[in-house]
Amino acid sequence: MLITCPYCGPRDVIEFTYQGDGNRERPNPASQDLEAWNAYVYDRLNPAGDHNEIWQHSGGCRAHLRMVRNTLTHEISSVAFVRGAAANTKSGGKP
Amino acid sequence: MAEHQIPQRQSPLEPDYRVGSHGDFEHGVDVILTETRPGSILQLAAWPGEEKMLMSAIRAITGLALPDGAGGGATDGARAAFGFAPGRFTVVDETEGLAASFARVVTPAIGTVTDLSHGRTAIRIAGPKAEWVLAKLFAIDFALSAFPLGAGRSTTHHDVFTQIQRTGADQFDMYVFRSFARSFWKTLCHASEEVGYEVQ
Repeated sequence: MLITCPYCGPRDVIEFTYQGDGNRERPNPASQDLEAWNAYVYDRLNPAGDHNEIWQHSGGCRAHLRMVRNTLTHEISSVAFVRGAAANTKSGGKP
Repeated sequence: MAEHQIPQRQSPLEPDYRVGSHGDFEHGVDVILTETRPGSILQLAAWPGEEKMLMSAIRAITGLALPDGAGGGATDGARAAFGFAPGRFTVVDETEGLAASFARVVTPAIGTVTDLSHGRTAIRIAGPKAEWVLAKLFAIDFALSAFPLGAGRSTTHHDVFTQIQRTGADQFDMYVFRSFARSFWKTLCHASEEVGYEVQ
């Protein structure tokens, strides 16, 4: 599986680390809402198809990436920096 | 006058750094391996939006004009600089003291300067089979069209993080963690055996 890093270009999946589901929304750290925390920790969509994911190019530029990966085909339909402001990239700083 | 003891930087490769020709050199030496031992190896990082300011600082201190774009770099033989991540650059100088020069111009508003001179080991591979040998270790394209002169790449070989800069048509400089350097050196020597290599 190749992942096209917005900075480094196409690289083998071995250089990347999966950082988890990209759909989660962390509750306010002060929140006492146990339902919300439970959902954040345990609830997953587990789709058979396109899935939002966070990856890190840990064996390369170390940038965190927001990806859409198809869980059936492993096709990656989009890759972008999590931090949109990163400049000096192939895409001119706009992910 | 009190005598100053200047600490000598010891090479981590030393027990396995054997000057001479090795491997299948009877059919010609196709790569030359050296430890370049630069005096300064720095990592510079710009805050988001300050990348151009940092690149100007690199130009002011080293005289190297970095091209825009991912992995863009330049070298003049004594000094080298290249981007290895968004807003981050490796800058190398043959002489010591580069960190002090950058600390004066890279203000806290622009970014950070990290002196890695003792933390990285610089290894050069040169020769007609340099691309061939490196392609056995790293899953990236070493062709001149895909990896232009001066450009930098960050990648890994068996989880050993490596920064690679092309410093000649058939020459690459690699920067690896000092603690992994001897292991990496031995791997590189093994990979070079079939083409014949010389350690200088």
